[in-house]
Amino acid sequence: MKPSLVAPTIIFGIILLGAIIGIYSGRRRTMNLEQWTVAGRGFGVIFVWLLMAGEVYTTFAFLGASGWAYSRGGPTLYIIAYLTLAYVISFFILPEIWEAGRKFALHTESDFFQQRYGSKPLASLVAIVGVIFIIPYLQLQLTGLGIIVEVASLHAISRPLAMLIAFVIVAGFVFSSGIRAVAWVSVLKDSLMLIAAFSIGIGIPYHYFGGIRPMFKALTLTKAAHLTMPGSTSNLGHPWYISTVLLTAFGFYMWPHAFGSTFTAKSGDTLRRNAVIMPLYTITLPLLLFVGFTAILVLPGLKNGDLALLTLVSQSFPPWFLGVVGGAGALTAMVPAAILILSAATLFAKNFFRPVFKPAMKDDDVAKLAKLMVVVITGIALYFAIYSSTTLVGLLLLAYAGIAQFFPGVVCGLYWKRVTTAGVFAGIVAGVGTAMALVFSKHDPFIGLNAGFVALCVNAVVTVAASVLTPAQQDGFNQPGSRAVASAAAIAS
Amino acid sequence: MKLPRTGALLLAFVPFIAICFSLWDPFNLFWLIGWIPLTSLCLWGAYRLQDRRAAKGTSE
Repeated sequence: MKPSLVAPTIIFGIILLGAIIGIYSGRRRTMNLEQWTVAGRGFGVIFVWLLMAGEVYTTFAFLGASGWAYSRGGPTLYIIAYLTLAYVISFFILPEIWEAGRKFALHTESDFFQQRYGSKPLASLVAIVGVIFIIPYLQLQLTGLGIIVEVASLHAISRPLAMLIAFVIVAGFVFSSGIRAVAWVSVLKDSLMLIAAFSIGIGIPYHYFGGIRPMFKALTLTKAAHLTMPGSTSNLGHPWYISTVLLTAFGFYMWPHAFGSTFTAKSGDTLRRNAVIMPLYTITLPLLLFVGFTAILVLPGLKNGDLALLTLVSQSFPPWFLGVVGGAGALTAMVPAAILILSAATLFAKNFFRPVFKPAMKDDDVAKLAKLMVVVITGIALYFAIYSSTTLVGLLLLAYAGIAQFFPGVVCGLYWKRVTTAGVFAGIVAGVGTAMALVFSKHDPFIGLNAGFVALCVNAVVTVAASVLTPAQQDGFNQPGSRAVASAAAIAS
Repeated sequence: MKLPRTGALLLAFVPFIAICFSLWDPFNLFWLIGWIPLTSLCLWGAYRLQDRRAAKGTSE
Protein backbone atom coordinates (compact mmCIF):
# COMPACT_ATOMS: atom_id res chain seq x y z
CA MET A 1 0.00 0.00 0.00
CA LYS A 2 1.26 3.51 -0.83
CA PRO A 3 2.51 5.43 2.27
CA SER A 4 -0.02 8.20 1.61
CA LEU A 5 -2.87 5.66 1.86
CA VAL A 6 -1.85 3.74 5.02
CA ALA A 7 -2.77 6.44 7.56
CA PRO A 8 -6.05 7.56 5.90
CA THR A 9 -7.17 3.91 5.59
CA ILE A 10 -6.64 3.36 9.32
CA ILE A 11 -8.33 6.69 10.14
CA PHE A 12 -11.43 5.88 8.10
CA GLY A 13 -11.45 2.35 9.59
CA ILE A 14 -11.57 3.88 13.09
CA ILE A 15 -14.25 6.39 12.01
CA LEU A 16 -16.32 3.54 10.54
CA LEU A 17 -15.96 1.49 13.73
CA GLY A 18 -17.15 4.53 15.71
CA ALA A 19 -20.14 4.91 13.38
CA ILE A 20 -21.11 1.24 13.77
CA ILE A 21 -20.92 1.50 17.58
CA GLY A 22 -22.96 4.73 17.47
CA ILE A 23 -25.72 3.39 15.25
CA TYR A 24 -25.88 0.01 17.06
CA SER A 25 -26.18 1.68 20.50
CA GLY A 26 -29.64 3.00 19.70
CA ARG A 27 -31.13 -0.28 18.48
CA ARG A 28 -34.02 -1.88 20.39
CA ARG A 29 -35.01 1.50 21.82
CA THR A 30 -37.84 3.76 20.79
CA MET A 31 -36.16 7.08 19.98
CA ASN A 32 -38.69 9.50 21.43
CA LEU A 33 -37.58 13.00 22.50
CA GLU A 34 -36.74 11.88 26.08
CA GLN A 35 -34.56 8.96 24.87
CA TRP A 36 -32.94 10.91 22.04
CA THR A 37 -31.92 13.93 24.15
CA VAL A 38 -31.38 12.67 27.74
CA ALA A 39 -31.31 8.84 27.36
CA GLY A 40 -34.30 8.45 29.67
CA ARG A 41 -32.28 10.05 32.55
CA GLY A 42 -30.73 6.65 33.26
CA PHE A 43 -26.94 7.14 33.07
CA GLY A 44 -24.82 6.14 36.09
CA VAL A 45 -21.38 7.46 37.09
CA ILE A 46 -19.47 5.62 34.33
CA PHE A 47 -21.70 6.77 31.47
CA VAL A 48 -21.98 10.34 32.75
CA TRP A 49 -18.19 10.36 33.11
CA LEU A 50 -17.76 9.05 29.56
CA LEU A 51 -20.23 11.57 28.21
CA MET A 52 -18.67 14.54 30.00
CA ALA A 53 -15.08 13.39 29.45
CA GLY A 54 -15.96 12.86 25.80
CA GLU A 55 -16.83 16.53 25.63
CA VAL A 56 -13.53 17.62 27.23
CA TYR A 57 -11.19 16.08 24.70
CA THR A 58 -12.18 17.80 21.51
CA THR A 59 -9.87 18.75 18.65
CA PHE A 60 -9.35 21.92 20.66
CA ALA A 61 -7.40 19.86 23.20
CA PHE A 62 -5.86 17.55 20.63
CA LEU A 63 -4.60 20.06 18.06
CA GLY A 64 -5.40 23.50 19.46
CA ALA A 65 -3.60 23.12 22.80
CA SER A 66 -0.38 21.84 21.23
CA GLY A 67 -0.79 24.48 18.50
CA TRP A 68 -0.98 27.28 21.04
CA ALA A 69 1.94 25.82 23.03
CA TYR A 70 3.87 26.04 19.77
CA SER A 71 2.79 29.51 18.65
CA ARG A 72 1.91 31.36 21.90
CA GLY A 73 3.73 29.57 24.76
CA GLY A 74 2.96 30.64 28.36
CA PRO A 75 -0.66 31.78 27.87
CA THR A 76 -1.53 28.19 26.87
CA LEU A 77 -1.47 27.30 30.58
CA TYR A 78 -4.99 28.70 30.85
CA ILE A 79 -6.25 25.49 29.20
CA ILE A 80 -5.07 23.23 32.05
CA ALA A 81 -6.27 25.77 34.62
CA TYR A 82 -9.81 26.32 33.39
CA LEU A 83 -10.65 22.67 32.80
CA THR A 84 -9.63 21.79 36.36
CA LEU A 85 -11.60 24.67 37.88
CA ALA A 86 -14.70 24.04 35.75
CA TYR A 87 -15.26 20.81 37.71
CA VAL A 88 -15.08 22.71 41.00
CA ILE A 89 -17.98 24.87 39.82
CA SER A 90 -19.83 21.83 38.46
CA PHE A 91 -19.62 20.17 41.88
CA PHE A 92 -21.91 22.84 43.31
CA ILE A 93 -24.27 23.81 40.51
CA LEU A 94 -24.87 20.64 38.46
CA PRO A 95 -26.66 18.64 41.21
CA GLU A 96 -29.02 21.61 41.72
CA ILE A 97 -29.65 21.85 37.98
CA TRP A 98 -30.26 18.08 37.84
CA GLU A 99 -32.75 18.35 40.71
CA ALA A 100 -34.73 20.99 38.82
CA GLY A 101 -34.48 18.87 35.66
CA ARG A 102 -35.92 15.80 37.38
CA LYS A 103 -38.69 17.73 39.11
CA PHE A 104 -39.88 19.56 36.00
CA ALA A 105 -38.87 17.06 33.24
CA LEU A 106 -36.41 19.51 31.64
CA HIS A 107 -34.43 18.53 28.51
CA THR A 108 -32.44 21.65 27.65
CA GLU A 109 -30.82 24.76 29.13
CA SER A 110 -33.61 26.80 27.62
CA ASP A 111 -36.18 24.67 29.49
CA PHE A 112 -34.33 25.59 32.70
CA PHE A 113 -34.75 29.33 32.02
CA GLN A 114 -38.37 28.84 30.96
CA GLN A 115 -39.22 26.99 34.18
CA ARG A 116 -37.29 29.26 36.56
CA TYR A 117 -38.32 32.60 35.08
CA GLY A 118 -41.64 31.65 33.45
CA SER A 119 -40.76 33.61 30.31
CA LYS A 120 -40.97 32.25 26.76
CA PRO A 121 -39.10 35.23 25.24
CA LEU A 122 -36.19 34.66 27.67
CA ALA A 123 -36.15 30.92 26.92
CA SER A 124 -36.16 31.65 23.18
CA LEU A 125 -33.32 34.16 23.61
CA VAL A 126 -31.26 31.53 25.46
CA ALA A 127 -32.02 28.99 22.72
CA ILE A 128 -31.01 31.21 19.83
CA VAL A 129 -27.87 32.57 21.58
CA GLY A 130 -26.94 28.96 22.41
CA VAL A 131 -27.35 27.82 18.80
CA ILE A 132 -25.41 30.82 17.43
CA PHE A 133 -22.39 30.21 19.69
CA ILE A 134 -22.41 26.46 19.14
CA ILE A 135 -21.65 27.15 15.46
CA PRO A 136 -18.01 28.33 16.01
CA TYR A 137 -17.45 25.39 18.40
CA LEU A 138 -18.74 23.02 15.75
CA GLN A 139 -16.65 24.82 13.15
CA LEU A 140 -13.62 24.17 15.38
CA GLN A 141 -14.30 20.41 15.30
CA LEU A 142 -14.73 20.42 11.53
CA THR A 143 -11.55 22.41 10.95
CA GLY A 144 -9.58 20.10 13.25
CA LEU A 145 -10.91 17.04 11.50
CA GLY A 146 -9.99 18.48 8.12
CA ILE A 147 -6.43 19.15 9.32
CA ILE A 148 -6.11 15.58 10.66
CA VAL A 149 -7.16 13.83 7.46
CA GLU A 150 -5.26 16.25 5.22
CA VAL A 151 -1.95 15.83 7.09
CA ALA A 152 -2.41 12.07 7.63
CA SER A 153 -3.00 11.49 3.92
CA LEU A 154 0.13 13.53 3.13
CA HIS A 155 -2.26 16.04 1.48
CA ALA A 156 -3.73 13.37 -0.85
CA ILE A 157 -7.25 14.02 0.54
CA SER A 158 -8.41 17.64 0.55
CA ARG A 159 -9.63 19.23 3.77
CA PRO A 160 -13.22 20.04 2.61
CA LEU A 161 -13.74 16.48 1.31
CA ALA A 162 -12.52 14.98 4.61
CA MET A 163 -14.87 17.24 6.59
CA LEU A 164 -17.80 16.34 4.38
CA ILE A 165 -17.33 12.54 4.61
CA ALA A 166 -16.83 12.51 8.37
CA PHE A 167 -19.77 14.75 9.09
CA VAL A 168 -22.18 12.76 6.98
CA ILE A 169 -21.24 9.89 9.30
CA VAL A 170 -21.66 12.02 12.46
CA ALA A 171 -25.04 13.35 11.33
CA GLY A 172 -26.00 9.72 10.61
CA PHE A 173 -25.37 8.39 14.08
CA VAL A 174 -26.82 11.45 15.84
CA PHE A 175 -29.89 11.04 13.65
CA SER A 176 -30.39 7.39 14.52
CA SER A 177 -29.25 6.99 18.14
CA GLY A 178 -29.16 10.41 19.83
CA ILE A 179 -27.13 10.91 23.00
CA ARG A 180 -26.72 7.19 23.73
CA ALA A 181 -24.56 6.94 20.59
CA VAL A 182 -22.32 9.75 21.84
CA ALA A 183 -21.67 8.01 25.17
CA TRP A 184 -20.87 4.67 23.53
CA VAL A 185 -18.55 6.10 20.85
CA SER A 186 -16.78 7.95 23.69
CA VAL A 187 -15.57 4.55 24.96
CA LEU A 188 -13.62 3.96 21.73
CA LYS A 189 -12.53 7.58 21.45
CA ASP A 190 -11.23 7.91 25.01
CA SER A 191 -9.33 4.61 24.85
CA LEU A 192 -7.57 5.66 21.65
CA MET A 193 -7.04 9.18 22.95
CA LEU A 194 -5.27 8.00 26.12
CA ILE A 195 -3.00 5.67 24.11
CA ALA A 196 -2.18 8.47 21.65
CA ALA A 197 -1.58 11.14 24.33
CA PHE A 198 0.80 8.97 26.37
CA SER A 199 2.63 7.64 23.31
CA ILE A 200 3.31 10.98 21.69
CA GLY A 201 3.48 13.13 24.84
CA ILE A 202 6.27 11.03 26.31
CA GLY A 203 7.63 9.46 23.11
CA ILE A 204 8.30 12.59 21.08
CA PRO A 205 10.40 14.50 23.70
CA TYR A 206 12.35 11.25 24.31
CA HIS A 207 12.84 10.66 20.59
CA TYR A 208 14.38 14.09 19.98
CA PHE A 209 15.92 15.09 23.33
CA GLY A 210 16.13 11.98 25.49
CA GLY A 211 13.36 13.10 27.86
CA ILE A 212 10.97 15.84 28.94
CA ARG A 213 13.47 17.67 31.15
CA PRO A 214 16.23 17.79 28.50
CA MET A 215 13.62 19.12 26.05
CA PHE A 216 12.71 21.97 28.42
CA LYS A 217 16.41 22.65 29.09
CA ALA A 218 17.03 22.99 25.35
CA LEU A 219 14.00 25.25 25.05
CA THR A 220 15.08 27.52 27.92
CA LEU A 221 18.47 27.97 26.26
CA THR A 222 16.88 29.22 23.04
CA LYS A 223 13.43 30.63 23.98
CA ALA A 224 13.12 30.91 27.78
CA ALA A 225 10.56 33.74 27.59
CA HIS A 226 8.23 31.51 25.58
CA LEU A 227 7.44 29.45 28.69
CA THR A 228 6.16 32.30 30.86
CA MET A 229 3.43 34.85 30.17
CA PRO A 230 2.95 36.64 27.78
CA GLY A 231 5.03 34.02 25.90
CA SER A 232 5.36 34.83 22.22
CA THR A 233 2.47 37.30 22.37
CA SER A 234 2.50 40.97 23.30
CA ASN A 235 -0.85 41.24 25.09
CA LEU A 236 -1.75 37.89 26.72
CA GLY A 237 -0.26 38.61 30.14
CA HIS A 238 -1.31 37.78 33.69
CA PRO A 239 -4.57 39.79 33.74
CA TRP A 240 -5.57 38.00 30.52
CA TYR A 241 -4.72 34.62 32.09
CA ILE A 242 -6.82 35.21 35.23
CA SER A 243 -9.79 36.68 33.34
CA THR A 244 -9.73 33.93 30.70
CA VAL A 245 -9.52 31.16 33.30
CA LEU A 246 -12.51 32.64 35.16
CA LEU A 247 -14.55 33.23 31.99
CA THR A 248 -14.01 29.73 30.61
CA ALA A 249 -14.39 27.95 33.96
CA PHE A 250 -17.71 29.76 34.56
CA GLY A 251 -18.78 29.12 30.98
CA PHE A 252 -17.79 25.45 30.73
CA TYR A 253 -21.12 24.03 31.90
CA MET A 254 -23.13 26.81 30.27
CA TRP A 255 -22.69 25.11 26.91
CA PRO A 256 -26.11 23.80 25.95
CA HIS A 257 -24.65 20.32 25.36
CA ALA A 258 -22.81 20.23 28.72
CA PHE A 259 -25.86 21.61 30.51
CA GLY A 260 -28.08 19.07 28.75
CA SER A 261 -25.85 16.11 29.60
CA THR A 262 -26.50 16.94 33.28
CA PHE A 263 -30.06 15.70 32.78
CA THR A 264 -28.89 12.25 31.67
CA ALA A 265 -27.58 11.42 35.18
CA LYS A 266 -29.41 9.08 37.56
CA SER A 267 -29.00 11.41 40.53
CA GLY A 268 -27.39 14.60 41.79
CA ASP A 269 -24.94 12.46 43.74
CA THR A 270 -23.75 10.88 40.47
CA LEU A 271 -22.80 14.37 39.28
CA ARG A 272 -21.01 15.23 42.55
CA ARG A 273 -18.92 12.04 42.42
CA ASN A 274 -18.29 12.69 38.75
CA ALA A 275 -16.94 16.17 39.57
CA VAL A 276 -14.49 14.66 42.08
CA ILE A 277 -12.91 12.32 39.51
CA MET A 278 -13.17 14.48 36.38
CA PRO A 279 -10.08 16.66 37.03
CA LEU A 280 -7.94 13.50 36.89
CA TYR A 281 -8.91 13.07 33.26
CA THR A 282 -7.14 16.31 32.35
CA ILE A 283 -3.83 14.88 33.57
CA THR A 284 -3.00 13.80 30.00
CA LEU A 285 -3.53 17.29 28.61
CA PRO A 286 -0.02 18.56 29.55
CA LEU A 287 1.40 15.69 27.48
CA LEU A 288 -0.06 17.34 24.39
CA LEU A 289 1.54 20.64 25.42
CA PHE A 290 4.92 18.85 25.63
CA VAL A 291 4.50 17.93 21.96
CA GLY A 292 3.84 21.57 21.06
CA PHE A 293 6.91 22.71 23.02
CA THR A 294 9.07 20.03 21.35
CA ALA A 295 7.85 21.17 17.93
CA ILE A 296 9.25 24.68 18.56
CA LEU A 297 12.75 23.24 18.45
CA VAL A 298 12.19 20.49 15.86
CA LEU A 299 9.87 22.28 13.42
CA PRO A 300 10.64 26.01 13.62
CA GLY A 301 8.73 28.32 11.31
CA LEU A 302 5.39 26.49 10.87
CA LYS A 303 2.86 29.05 9.62
CA ASN A 304 -0.10 27.30 11.30
CA GLY A 305 0.61 26.17 14.87
CA ASP A 306 -2.43 23.88 14.79
CA LEU A 307 -0.47 21.63 12.41
CA ALA A 308 2.43 21.18 14.89
CA LEU A 309 1.31 17.96 16.60
CA LEU A 310 0.38 15.99 13.49
CA THR A 311 3.33 17.20 11.43
CA LEU A 312 5.68 16.11 14.21
CA VAL A 313 3.94 12.73 14.55
CA SER A 314 4.14 12.16 10.79
CA GLN A 315 7.89 12.89 10.91
CA SER A 316 8.59 10.78 13.99
CA PHE A 317 6.45 7.64 13.64
CA PRO A 318 5.57 5.10 10.91
CA PRO A 319 2.41 5.73 8.81
CA TRP A 320 0.31 3.13 10.66
CA PHE A 321 0.87 4.94 13.97
CA LEU A 322 0.00 8.26 12.34
CA GLY A 323 -3.24 6.51 11.33
CA VAL A 324 -3.98 5.50 14.94
CA VAL A 325 -3.24 9.03 16.23
CA GLY A 326 -5.24 10.52 13.36
CA GLY A 327 -8.13 8.14 14.09
CA ALA A 328 -8.10 9.15 17.76
CA GLY A 329 -8.01 12.79 16.65
CA ALA A 330 -10.86 12.28 14.20
CA LEU A 331 -13.02 10.82 16.96
CA THR A 332 -12.11 13.77 19.23
CA ALA A 333 -13.73 15.91 16.55
CA MET A 334 -16.69 13.66 15.82
CA VAL A 335 -17.89 12.81 19.34
CA PRO A 336 -18.10 16.41 20.59
CA ALA A 337 -19.48 17.49 17.21
CA ALA A 338 -22.23 14.90 17.53
CA ILE A 339 -23.36 16.19 20.91
CA LEU A 340 -23.04 19.82 19.77
CA ILE A 341 -25.26 19.12 16.77
CA LEU A 342 -27.74 17.20 18.93
CA SER A 343 -28.01 20.05 21.47
CA ALA A 344 -28.24 22.82 18.88
CA ALA A 345 -30.89 20.96 16.87
CA THR A 346 -32.99 20.22 19.98
CA LEU A 347 -32.67 23.80 21.24
CA PHE A 348 -33.73 25.24 17.90
CA ALA A 349 -36.73 22.93 17.42
CA LYS A 350 -38.00 22.67 21.00
CA ASN A 351 -37.12 26.03 22.52
CA PHE A 352 -37.08 28.42 19.59
CA PHE A 353 -39.23 27.19 16.68
CA ARG A 354 -42.08 25.64 18.68
CA PRO A 355 -42.71 28.50 21.16
CA VAL A 356 -42.20 31.26 18.58
CA PHE A 357 -43.81 29.82 15.42
CA LYS A 358 -45.93 26.74 16.24
CA PRO A 359 -46.96 26.39 19.92
CA ALA A 360 -49.32 23.46 19.17
CA MET A 361 -46.47 21.30 17.83
CA LYS A 362 -46.33 17.77 19.32
CA ASP A 363 -43.17 16.20 20.77
CA ASP A 364 -42.89 13.75 17.85
CA ASP A 365 -42.95 16.65 15.37
CA VAL A 366 -40.33 18.49 17.44
CA ALA A 367 -38.09 15.39 17.25
CA LYS A 368 -38.56 15.28 13.45
CA LEU A 369 -37.71 18.98 13.08
CA ALA A 370 -34.67 18.53 15.36
CA LYS A 371 -33.41 15.74 13.10
CA LEU A 372 -33.84 18.00 10.06
CA MET A 373 -31.92 20.75 11.88
CA VAL A 374 -29.02 18.30 12.36
CA VAL A 375 -28.38 18.60 8.62
CA VAL A 376 -28.92 22.40 8.48
CA ILE A 377 -26.64 23.22 11.44
CA THR A 378 -23.91 20.87 10.20
CA GLY A 379 -24.11 22.55 6.79
CA ILE A 380 -23.70 26.06 8.26
CA ALA A 381 -20.68 25.01 10.36
CA LEU A 382 -19.18 23.24 7.34
CA TYR A 383 -19.49 26.43 5.30
CA PHE A 384 -17.64 28.48 7.95
CA ALA A 385 -15.01 25.76 8.41
CA ILE A 386 -14.17 25.80 4.71
CA TYR A 387 -14.08 29.59 4.31
CA SER A 388 -12.62 30.83 7.63
CA SER A 389 -9.02 30.80 8.88
CA THR A 390 -9.26 31.51 12.64
CA THR A 391 -7.07 29.35 14.91
CA LEU A 392 -8.77 26.55 16.86
CA VAL A 393 -8.23 28.24 20.24
CA GLY A 394 -9.36 31.58 18.79
CA LEU A 395 -12.65 29.99 17.71
CA LEU A 396 -13.27 28.53 21.15
CA LEU A 397 -12.52 31.81 22.94
CA LEU A 398 -14.98 33.63 20.66
CA ALA A 399 -17.64 31.02 21.46
CA TYR A 400 -16.94 31.23 25.22
CA ALA A 401 -17.30 35.01 25.19
CA GLY A 402 -20.93 34.48 24.17
CA ILE A 403 -21.92 31.29 25.94
CA ALA A 404 -20.59 32.29 29.39
CA GLN A 405 -23.19 35.07 29.48
CA PHE A 406 -25.75 32.51 30.71
CA PHE A 407 -23.80 32.06 33.97
CA PRO A 408 -25.35 34.93 36.00
CA GLY A 409 -28.86 33.85 34.96
CA VAL A 410 -28.23 30.24 35.99
CA VAL A 411 -26.51 30.97 39.32
CA CYS A 412 -28.95 33.72 40.33
CA GLY A 413 -31.80 31.43 39.29
CA LEU A 414 -30.54 28.73 41.65
CA TYR A 415 -29.54 30.80 44.68
CA TRP A 416 -31.11 34.30 44.56
CA LYS A 417 -34.87 34.58 44.98
CA ARG A 418 -34.93 38.30 44.10
CA VAL A 419 -33.65 37.86 40.54
CA THR A 420 -36.20 38.78 37.86
CA THR A 421 -36.83 37.88 34.23
CA ALA A 422 -36.16 41.47 33.16
CA GLY A 423 -32.83 41.43 35.00
CA VAL A 424 -31.61 38.22 33.38
CA PHE A 425 -32.88 39.22 29.92
CA ALA A 426 -31.15 42.61 30.13
CA GLY A 427 -27.99 40.99 31.50
CA ILE A 428 -27.69 38.47 28.65
CA VAL A 429 -28.36 41.13 26.00
CA ALA A 430 -25.82 43.51 27.59
CA GLY A 431 -23.23 40.73 28.02
CA VAL A 432 -23.50 39.28 24.52
CA GLY A 433 -23.63 42.78 23.01
CA THR A 434 -20.52 43.92 24.90
CA ALA A 435 -18.60 40.74 24.08
CA MET A 436 -19.34 40.90 20.36
CA ALA A 437 -18.67 44.66 20.18
CA LEU A 438 -15.24 44.21 21.78
CA VAL A 439 -14.30 41.09 19.78
CA PHE A 440 -15.38 42.37 16.37
CA SER A 441 -13.87 45.83 16.92
CA LYS A 442 -10.54 44.06 17.66
CA HIS A 443 -10.52 45.13 21.33
CA ASP A 444 -9.81 41.67 22.69
CA PRO A 445 -8.01 41.72 25.13
CA PHE A 446 -9.56 44.92 26.49
CA ILE A 447 -7.33 46.80 29.01
CA GLY A 448 -5.43 43.53 29.35
CA LEU A 449 -8.53 41.47 30.21
CA ASN A 450 -10.35 38.87 28.13
CA ALA A 451 -13.21 40.68 26.33
CA GLY A 452 -15.66 37.93 27.28
CA PHE A 453 -14.82 38.41 30.96
CA VAL A 454 -15.37 42.18 30.71
CA ALA A 455 -18.75 41.40 29.12
CA LEU A 456 -19.54 38.90 31.89
CA CYS A 457 -18.89 41.61 34.52
CA VAL A 458 -21.20 44.02 32.63
CA ASN A 459 -23.79 41.23 32.45
CA ALA A 460 -23.62 40.52 36.21
CA VAL A 461 -23.96 44.22 37.13
CA VAL A 462 -26.91 44.71 34.74
CA THR A 463 -28.63 41.51 35.97
CA VAL A 464 -28.42 42.56 39.63
CA ALA A 465 -29.31 46.23 39.01
CA ALA A 466 -32.26 45.49 36.72
CA SER A 467 -33.54 42.80 39.12
CA VAL A 468 -33.47 45.19 42.07
CA LEU A 469 -35.24 47.88 40.02
CA THR A 470 -38.05 45.60 38.78
CA PRO A 471 -40.85 44.04 40.87
CA ALA A 472 -40.10 40.71 42.58
CA GLN A 473 -41.62 37.63 40.96
CA GLN A 474 -42.38 34.03 41.85
CA ASP A 475 -39.54 31.47 41.76
CA GLY A 476 -40.55 28.90 39.12
CA PHE A 477 -38.67 26.18 41.00
CA ASN A 478 -40.95 26.55 44.02
CA GLN A 479 -43.99 25.26 42.13
CA PRO A 480 -45.05 21.60 42.25
CA GLY A 481 -43.04 19.63 39.67
CA SER A 482 -44.61 18.25 36.50
CA ARG A 483 -43.88 14.71 37.69
CA ALA A 484 -45.62 15.41 41.00
CA VAL A 485 -48.60 16.88 39.14
CA ALA A 486 -48.72 13.87 36.80
CA SER A 487 -48.63 11.35 39.67
CA ALA A 488 -51.27 13.32 41.62
CA ALA A 489 -53.52 13.28 38.54
CA ALA A 490 -52.99 9.53 38.17
CA ILE A 491 -53.94 8.94 41.82
CA ALA A 492 -57.03 11.16 41.48
CA SER A 493 -58.22 9.28 38.39
CA MET B 1 -32.22 25.91 46.39
CA LYS B 2 -30.08 25.63 49.52
CA LEU B 3 -26.67 27.34 49.49
CA PRO B 4 -23.71 24.93 49.69
CA ARG B 5 -22.09 24.27 53.07
CA THR B 6 -19.51 26.94 53.99
CA GLY B 7 -16.74 24.40 54.66
CA ALA B 8 -17.29 22.80 51.26
CA LEU B 9 -17.18 26.21 49.58
CA LEU B 10 -13.94 27.12 51.36
CA LEU B 11 -12.36 23.81 50.36
CA ALA B 12 -13.39 24.38 46.76
CA PHE B 13 -11.94 27.89 46.82
CA VAL B 14 -8.43 26.57 47.57
CA PRO B 15 -7.86 25.33 43.97
CA PHE B 16 -9.11 28.70 42.67
CA ILE B 17 -6.41 30.52 44.62
CA ALA B 18 -3.73 27.99 43.64
CA ILE B 19 -4.61 27.63 39.98
CA CYS B 20 -6.06 30.97 38.97
CA PHE B 21 -4.59 33.63 41.22
CA SER B 22 -1.15 32.34 42.25
CA LEU B 23 3.04 35.23 41.12
CA TRP B 24 5.06 32.07 40.38
CA ASP B 25 5.63 33.32 36.86
CA PRO B 26 8.79 25.74 33.75
CA PHE B 27 7.58 25.87 37.37
CA ASN B 28 4.12 27.12 36.46
CA LEU B 29 3.31 24.23 34.17
CA PHE B 30 4.30 21.63 36.75
CA TRP B 31 2.55 23.58 39.52
CA LEU B 32 -0.67 23.33 37.50
CA ILE B 33 -0.11 19.63 36.80
CA GLY B 34 0.36 19.05 40.54
CA TRP B 35 -2.88 20.85 41.27
CA ILE B 36 -4.94 18.50 39.09
CA PRO B 37 -4.98 15.62 41.65
CA LEU B 38 -5.03 18.13 44.53
CA THR B 39 -8.23 19.64 43.11
CA SER B 40 -9.79 16.18 43.09
CA LEU B 41 -8.70 15.79 46.70
CA CYS B 42 -10.30 19.12 47.69
CA LEU B 43 -13.53 18.14 45.94
CA TRP B 44 -13.49 14.77 47.68
CA GLY B 45 -13.25 16.64 51.00
CA ALA B 46 -16.14 18.88 49.97
CA TYR B 47 -18.12 15.78 48.96
CA ARG B 48 -17.61 14.25 52.40
CA LEU B 49 -18.74 17.48 54.07
CA GLN B 50 -21.87 17.67 51.91
CA ASP B 51 -22.48 13.97 52.57
CA ARG B 52 -22.27 14.54 56.32
CA ARG B 53 -24.79 17.38 56.08
CA ALA B 54 -27.17 15.19 54.06
CA ALA B 55 -26.85 12.38 56.64
CA LYS B 56 -27.50 14.84 59.49
CA GLY B 57 -30.55 16.18 57.64
CA THR B 58 -31.95 12.65 57.28
CA SER B 59 -31.41 11.74 60.95
CA GLU B 60 -33.14 14.92 62.08
